[in-house]
Amino acid sequence: MRLSGSDILVRTLIEQGCDVVFGYPGGQIINVYDSLYKYRDELHHVLTAHEQGAAHAADGYARATGKVGVVIATSGPGATNLVTGIATAYLDSIPMVAITGNVPTTHIGTDSFQEIDITGVTLPITKHNFFVGSVDKLADTLREAFKLASSGRPGPVLVDVPKDVQIAMWDYEPQAKVEPDEKSAAKEIRIQQAAECINSCERPFIYFGGGLIASDAQEELCQLADKIDAPIGCSFMGVSGVATNHPRFLGMQGMHGHYACSISMHNADCIIALGARFNDRVTGNRAKFATKAKIVHIDIDGAELSKTVNVAHGLRGDVKLTLQKLLPLINKVERPEWMGMVEGFKTEEHQNGDNRQGMTPKNVIETLNKHLAPNTPIATDVGQHQMWTAQYAKFENTRRFISSGGLGTMGFGLGAAIGAQMGTKEKTVLVTGDGSFGMCLNEMATAVHENLPIVVLVMNNGVLGMVRQWQTLFFNKHYSNTVLDRKTDFVKLAEAFGAKGSRAFTLEELDQSLTEAFSCDGPYLIDCAVDKDEFVLPMLPPGGSMDDIITKIGD
Amino acid sequence: MSRFTVAILVNNQFGVLNRVTSMFRRRQFNITSLTVSETESTQYSRITIQSEGEEDTKQQLINQLYKLPDACSIIELNSENTVSRELLLIKLGNNPETRGEITAASDAYEGKIVDYTKAAVMIQMVGDSRKIDNFINIMRDYEILEICRTGIVSLERGDETIRNVTLF
Repeated sequence: MRLSGSDILVRTLIEQGCDVVFGYPGGQIINVYDSLYKYRDELHHVLTAHEQGAAHAADGYARATGKVGVVIATSGPGATNLVTGIATAYLDSIPMVAITGNVPTTHIGTDSFQEIDITGVTLPITKHNFFVGSVDKLADTLREAFKLASSGRPGPVLVDVPKDVQIAMWDYEPQAKVEPDEKSAAKEIRIQQAAECINSCERPFIYFGGGLIASDAQEELCQLADKIDAPIGCSFMGVSGVATNHPRFLGMQGMHGHYACSISMHNADCIIALGARFNDRVTGNRAKFATKAKIVHIDIDGAELSKTVNVAHGLRGDVKLTLQKLLPLINKVERPEWMGMVEGFKTEEHQNGDNRQGMTPKNVIETLNKHLAPNTPIATDVGQHQMWTAQYAKFENTRRFISSGGLGTMGFGLGAAIGAQMGTKEKTVLVTGDGSFGMCLNEMATAVHENLPIVVLVMNNGVLGMVRQWQTLFFNKHYSNTVLDRKTDFVKLAEAFGAKGSRAFTLEELDQSLTEAFSCDGPYLIDCAVDKDEFVLPMLPPGGSMDDIITKIGD
Repeated sequence: MSRFTVAILVNNQFGVLNRVTSMFRRRQFNITSLTVSETESTQYSRITIQSEGEEDTKQQLINQLYKLPDACSIIELNSENTVSRELLLIKLGNNPETRGEITAASDAYEGKIVDYTKAAVMIQMVGDSRKIDNFINIMRDYEILEICRTGIVSLERGDETIRNVTLF
């Protein structure tokens, strides 16, 4: 059938299984918005307050559902406002398609009003991007974008569509939803070598990242752990990959990881890394990282193998399929000595843990835990509150921790919570800080307009806590520009946006606020007081090793 | 640190060179020579890149190239099995005192004089990079006005072609 480019664009989104898209209109995308109006019964468009919020929402939607998130923006500033959101998705390998309008092809390259070379700008932060020069290529380019975003190691893809391409007419035939490229296991010989390595080790440690979640390999992971009698740890991006209360799970590793997890990894003689990438926040000083261990690394992206740390066995392949082939080659063993040692580390962690009463960050998150349903997504912003959430929040199901790991984007949380809520239809929690929340709180307007049941828990300590923590430890307590001392009344702010809110100074008040918030149909903000001198512990100083771990702050 | 040469068959599309070199830039891989040309098929262009680094750098570079959707085929060209050539144009001052030495050197290197005026002489030379480097070094004793060289073009010996290589 003969349709305009903008109709083709929207029809192709529907054809590809989109039920909700996030965006913001403007001059060079106005035709697409006319088509969104036309097809409004089939595709729900969420208008955000800012394009950045829309990008984070598409990202949060993708993280929570595993489907491709879609964001639409106009040319120029609309497109550049997506950049932080696209980069966030890129660093965390989140499937996203970003669609931007642009000036007509006849005006491209003339510095027209609101013209920006967005394919040039986003080249280093997308898996790939497209400039659609003619309408006959539009539908297939979009299909290719969906395929690329979801194939292999997922990531964001941008499609730039000039205005005249949106107007031009062309034939459109609906097609089936594109499937991601078929995944494959690693090479047989590599799997055999890895199996030999695993079978001959004495202190194995399984370490997984976001790639395990993307590959949906939880079951295989647990089978492997049971078979070789090994503890399990994860990277920050792996949080919610296995249930927090899994008996073998030691929690998160890395700069602010759980002590038992980090020390077990340090003492292991074989690390089986699944869909993780040994980022600097994980390894600290690379020369001193896991020196006793041979590393078996399974990742779908071959470029991650031996990128930052040398691995003994690099297996390029899908984690799930590779584990399925590996498992039959693995001998079942019991390792009472090693698991005893791990138990000892857990006891040590418990003894050194924060067992204080009152309104401590740990107790705040644990109070929140009491209100969670097994499927509640928890989004965060970036900073101390993010680490406390990763450390103490309880997760039962996968894809329920929605947080910016690689890029560490303050301002990510609220948009992401909106996307996660709309993707899952579950009551959703945002844990944020007063610093991060200040960056993109305008999206409260979106949450109110869509009447989304989002519980916003602002851990308000009046400072930029994570930077302040570094200043305390490494910069002689020179609190340069980290004391906010703002007069913002977050409860009134929530009310001004049309949401509800309350304040909590004690755990009892917090519990009460949470009860109210969880029974509220729309967004509800809790301004939760936290002391400014609380630390995220343990901490491996940047570039440090297990020898430098800080578990307690002395006065 | 050693030099290595990689040939990449890429989709013949607008901006593809930018995608390849952008990856080199942001991961700080050094390019010592780069050539791009059309191929026997209008569908593909061929990029020949010479770079330098340790083995792990080389492996990482190749792995990152594989991730570019426009890269269709990639081979590392090892020097024993490859014919590599560069074209040099060099313009020198034409002085009676040095003219004889320059033309003698050019003859020894199988160069060809392609322009000759009272003030200047231009020599064209084809060869592998080392030969070109050596000739330029000899010419440094004389008055070099300007130099332009193409960068490396390379093909494997025998009937193997880059199109037979499938992406892993």
